[in-house]
Amino acid sequence: MSNIGSYEDRTKNFDWKIAEKELEFKEGHTINIGWYCSDRICLKGKADRIALFYEGFGGIKKQFTFNDIRLASNTIGKFLQTIGIKSEDRVCLFMDRIPELYLSFLGVLKIGAIVQPLFSAFGDEALYVRLENAQTRAIITQKKHLPKVRKVLDRLPYLEFVIVVDHSKSRVLEPKVISFDLQESKPVEEFETYPTKAESPSVLHYTSGTTGQPKGVKHVHYSLISQYLTAKWVLDLQDNDIYWCTADPGWVTGTSYGIIGPWSLGITQCILDAGFSAQNWYKFIEDYKITMWYSAPTAIRSLMKAGEKIISNFNLSSLRHLASVGEPLNPEAVIWSQKVFGKPFHDTFWQTETGSIMITNFPGMKVKAGSMGKPFPGIKGVVLNPKTFDPITEPEQVGLIAFQPGWPAMMRAYWNNEEKYREKFVKGWYLTGDRATIDNEGYFWFVGRDDDVINTGGHLVSPFEVESALLEHPAVGESAVVAKPDEINMEVVKAFITLKPGFIPGPDLELEIMNFIRRKLSPIAMPQAIEYMEKLPKTRSGKIMRRVLHAREWGEDIGDISTLEND
Amino acid sequence: MEEDIKDLILNYVINEYIEDEDEVITYDTPLISSGYVDSFSMVSLLVFLENKFKIKIPPAKATPEAFDTVNNIVALVNQYIKKE
Repeated sequence: MSNIGSYEDRTKNFDWKIAEKELEFKEGHTINIGWYCSDRICLKGKADRIALFYEGFGGIKKQFTFNDIRLASNTIGKFLQTIGIKSEDRVCLFMDRIPELYLSFLGVLKIGAIVQPLFSAFGDEALYVRLENAQTRAIITQKKHLPKVRKVLDRLPYLEFVIVVDHSKSRVLEPKVISFDLQESKPVEEFETYPTKAESPSVLHYTSGTTGQPKGVKHVHYSLISQYLTAKWVLDLQDNDIYWCTADPGWVTGTSYGIIGPWSLGITQCILDAGFSAQNWYKFIEDYKITMWYSAPTAIRSLMKAGEKIISNFNLSSLRHLASVGEPLNPEAVIWSQKVFGKPFHDTFWQTETGSIMITNFPGMKVKAGSMGKPFPGIKGVVLNPKTFDPITEPEQVGLIAFQPGWPAMMRAYWNNEEKYREKFVKGWYLTGDRATIDNEGYFWFVGRDDDVINTGGHLVSPFEVESALLEHPAVGESAVVAKPDEINMEVVKAFITLKPGFIPGPDLELEIMNFIRRKLSPIAMPQAIEYMEKLPKTRSGKIMRRVLHAREWGEDIGDISTLEND
Repeated sequence: MEEDIKDLILNYVINEYIEDEDEVITYDTPLISSGYVDSFSMVSLLVFLENKFKIKIPPAKATPEAFDTVNNIVALVNQYIKKE
């Protein structure tokens, strides 16, 4: 029996107070995610239960009980207080998926500071933009990422502390750099968690839009209410589950459902900090007897590509429930997983801004392959007429996916960007920027983005950010960046560029530019293809017409080009 | 000749993808399955090989397994150098 039971009954009788009651939270009282994910679980008698099985590359294995994560997060919190970090200071986590990342997440929250997780593959410029915007006071990182931090340190006056969790003892520490080794620190048994309230800020995740720099999405501690209940009803996490969320905590899935959801429920989770290979992933599931697996379409398609034969080498019978997030899950992947695992992947739709799952195929509900599913109980989801912004009532009509604000995990602001935040709301609806249809049974079907943001492997890339970085390369005169179709990642980044006089197009320059973006922004933002152009399509007022290039890449109708500049 | 190719690729991998200067990378160090080189970056490594050795590696052959070590990459490159 699934946790949600009857979707219809839950929808009829829904109130977020269900979660508040289960978490023993009362309005106006203290609510701190760090405490809920560690101390409270210990108080519930699960102190000795494994909270985290960690496996790094090369067979490095570690495990932590809920009492271990309570002590570790206390210790990290105490250390941060000792150096002067205060409530609402921004503390960036810039680490691979090592235990310190997960433990620091709780430690930062326990002192009332705001945790700012960033994907460790980000290049120095991507790092700079996000730290500068948040006026981050401290960054916790590994020595392997220190060179990137060093590159931007001088330009970040607010950044006072660079905390390195694995610093070689022989090295002389440079200014601002502090070594902190959790294993060598005395565990802090007694710690007073900061008394954050429902609306106290908790997590600051950065997301990309079509224009402008990345936006910091501010969440609050009350988000726990949504994240707890969706982890329970959608991911169907049950007391004896062994859970694996493959997302990196540099992205919202990796925190909402890679830390907060499972640990607030006292669930054992597993982390694999290694590169992708079908062999390693199946072995990991077999070794840890994983029961609930939350992954992404890109990974599923990569597993499909690896073939079915390899699956017979492993015992994957422990798998009980599967779900997917990040991009639309194609019907072939659902059918494939039913065939090879005996159960379908359940698609989940949500965003950094929504903080928790909004639309999904629920356990026990009929899964329509290729469909996004139905809104979570308590969530009013619609598609809006793109011109009037009124809900479309007829089925099968394409509209903008929108939600009525008011669920606990909804973002509270874009950091220092009130204008962009306000643009996300029209006529009382939160606009997701995605388009869909709704069928006559109430299932949502994804159609596409309503803007130029590129979704590559489940990660959003801003064409503006890549175009701006391209212009910093000495050879690039002009640039336009669009999505290019890709079998595995759904979309990848493609750049169209013109060259400055004196530069000659060729494959070596192409590689140089690719690597330039990879180092500056990230491997995700690196153009997988570059096309040299004599000139870019522009309007008569000089604005580059990305949609013309996009249409060409996707074999679509170019549409109205009456504003296109003529020679 | 083969040793030259090996060193050329190894040096490129170290210079482009390895952030930690203390990391020891050998011809047999797993690159993809270890996470040193991610699937997105693999594309730039492919472009490097095609440019450097004037070859064309079919997409179906550019698998994570074929790119997982310098030795594997050399074996892959050799197939196409010899053919072309």
